[in-house]
Amino acid sequence: MNGKPGWRELAEGDVVPAGTAEQFETGDWRTERPTWHPERCIQCLLCWISCPDSAIVVKDQKMTGFNYHHCKGCGICAKECPVKPEKAITMGPER
Amino acid sequence: MANLKELASRKELLTGGHRMCPGCGAPIIVRQILLASKDPVVVVAATGCLEVSTTIFPYTAWNVPYLHNAFENAGATLSGVEAAYSAFKKKGKISQHVNFIAFGGDGGTYDIGLQSLSGALERGHDLLYVCYNNEAYMNTGVQRSGATPKGANTTTEPAGKVRQGKVEWRKDLTEIVAAHGIPYVAQSIAGNWADLTKKAEKAFSIRGPKFMNVLQPCRLGWGYKPEDTLNIARLAVESCVWPLYEVENGVYKVNSKPKAKKPAADFLKTQERFRHLFKPGNEQLLIEIQTEVDRRWEALVAKEPAVRTGA
Amino acid sequence: MAKVVARTGNEAMAEAMRQINPDVVAAYPITPATEIVMIFAKYVADGLVDTNYVAVESEHSAMSACVGAAAAGARVMTGTSSQGLALMYEILPIAAALRLPIVLSDVNRALSGPINIHCDHSDTMAARDFGWLQIFSENSQEAYDGLIQAVRIAEDPRVHLPAMVTTDGFIISHCLDKIELLEDSEVKEFIGPERKAPNSLLNLEKPVSIGLLDLQDYYFEHRLPVAEAMRGAKKVILEVADEFAKKFGRKYGLCEAYKLEDAEHVVVALGSTCGTAKVVVDELRSKGVRAGLLKIRVFRPFPGEEIAAALAKAKTVAVLDRSDSWSAQGGQVFTEVRSVMFDLPVKPKIINFIYGLGGREIDQGQIRQVYDCLQKVEKQPLVQYLGVRE
Repeated sequence: MNGKPGWRELAEGDVVPAGTAEQFETGDWRTERPTWHPERCIQCLLCWISCPDSAIVVKDQKMTGFNYHHCKGCGICAKECPVKPEKAITMGPER
Repeated sequence: MANLKELASRKELLTGGHRMCPGCGAPIIVRQILLASKDPVVVVAATGCLEVSTTIFPYTAWNVPYLHNAFENAGATLSGVEAAYSAFKKKGKISQHVNFIAFGGDGGTYDIGLQSLSGALERGHDLLYVCYNNEAYMNTGVQRSGATPKGANTTTEPAGKVRQGKVEWRKDLTEIVAAHGIPYVAQSIAGNWADLTKKAEKAFSIRGPKFMNVLQPCRLGWGYKPEDTLNIARLAVESCVWPLYEVENGVYKVNSKPKAKKPAADFLKTQERFRHLFKPGNEQLLIEIQTEVDRRWEALVAKEPAVRTGA
Repeated sequence: MAKVVARTGNEAMAEAMRQINPDVVAAYPITPATEIVMIFAKYVADGLVDTNYVAVESEHSAMSACVGAAAAGARVMTGTSSQGLALMYEILPIAAALRLPIVLSDVNRALSGPINIHCDHSDTMAARDFGWLQIFSENSQEAYDGLIQAVRIAEDPRVHLPAMVTTDGFIISHCLDKIELLEDSEVKEFIGPERKAPNSLLNLEKPVSIGLLDLQDYYFEHRLPVAEAMRGAKKVILEVADEFAKKFGRKYGLCEAYKLEDAEHVVVALGSTCGTAKVVVDELRSKGVRAGLLKIRVFRPFPGEEIAAALAKAKTVAVLDRSDSWSAQGGQVFTEVRSVMFDLPVKPKIINFIYGLGGREIDQGQIRQVYDCLQKVEKQPLVQYLGVRE
């Protein structure tokens, strides 16, 4: 409890600015870790649209990797990856 | 309809760092629906998994204006927001179009929030109500709801020695909503982004009340591995357990008619909540479930307007 | 120029609402408050207000929609009674915690059961711990003036809390009374053209999340400011009352002292009963009894110090409660008044009468009986029921 703001320091009501969860780490929940294999990636973006944690980093409409600060390692991205025979995202144990 | 590249160039409106379970389908639904809006969005959430996990003070995962009031009143609360918007628009204080969206789980929508939803629909507010339907009260530990299907194991209607999970059929909320005669009603799933975002786009293009009932597999309450969330939802469609359809101004359209309809058991057997149904002695129950799936599917398809054949 | 007219309490409150011209009204009919929304709905239908009137399907939805509209920055009002207020109970503390200055007319009616439609204060009293300001009215004039003042008080940045203004069901709500109306322009000027909300869901440039989940680490820090704002509201109520008195001539306080200066025997009451009690005080005074009345106008914030100071010189005090908390320590007003008197150097003897439940009539004879009891106070029980058949 120490170090948190006292009641006078909090904004009136029960209000925060948008998007503050960005700062909260959920990456430490991971037991499985996704790895991206760019050489196999077809840039279909299905991993991105399917991620529950907004943790696929897309730049200029292209998949560029993972936000490991937020990724919980659910494996949906690897499961949804349509690339065959070897997927462009694979799961392995978190180190 | 926006393709994935177009969607990917839009701002992410639900951040990571929320506390939903790994593999949860609800934030997938929310992200896709928010991405489908070209206009600013204001969100009201009913109490539930989504609400508690995305807004633990001082962290919010919402990059749009967001309000939580209580459990059973997302429809009424969003009515009030939209009423304020209309009042301000009339006075010239705001001109931009805004899409108003309520997100409620099945508990907050089928059960405790049904009156509030019905009132909001009847009054004609310009809003979209999205039910992220995981078929039980997952937030409080998998209690039965009106959306829980027959035979499912829940903590308040568990499978035991003499009872095999939920005894009753689930209520058909999509049809109840459609009976309000609102301009747009749809069923979709987490697991078909094209269907979901297309329906959300359509909803945003229509003025008046809109409703979407989106099936959301829950790895905790349904019992499966987290990576299977989306393909289990697709199995629900392929087996006609959860048809994709829309009702636009009273006209039904079934969006996906499987060429080879999978048995309901193919869907059921992927989940722990139905495991007891496959024990010897429950064969009759499986037949009953399949019969009901068939009956509902045929009743739905019969609601589509007759297609004119050539000549 | 002030216009003198005949209005029932409900008509007076609807008239005040028309002049306040809120952005949003969300309301549901219930006896005896129904007329307020009926009259207001006609104003909407006739284009006399700019209000977006949301005709919801329940009081729960009424208050829920009020919270939504207020969180969107709107000036918001509603009205209800009894079971309707009870159906709102879940949402009332949320409105307070979110610091939304919703203004509500509560036409006091007994809570079921048994079901009853007539006046007592049980509905408002059960809502006393929800963080709402509570202002009682003795008559239609006070209801009208109180509702207009409530908008200013609730929206004051030092307060930012919701407020309910009450009238006694049927006794005030349905009885014609002579009242002085303000000009529309005077009301508009007094309350200000629009609400200034620190946060709004419709401020698209500055998106915020409102109503987050607080756990053990923040809930307490979010509740304490409600208490602080409530305490601070006393000053604001008096400032607004002063300005109102200067502009329009009618004076209001947290309480009203009637012939208290030298009073030995004092009755404490709320609402319309005070009008009856004043007549009895005058009559007793003419017979040489030093009787007085303390009317509590504002029950939340509770004017504890003011009550203690007003009663310090009395010999005996009787608190009249138009509701009961169903236990031996008396009604809600009594327990709070008695508590603030605990620290007085010389404590008056204080007793409680619970009266008028479910609209049971309270007349001059009964109030005379109360003053009689005060004159032989040593023989009186702590709490007694007035007007009930044995």
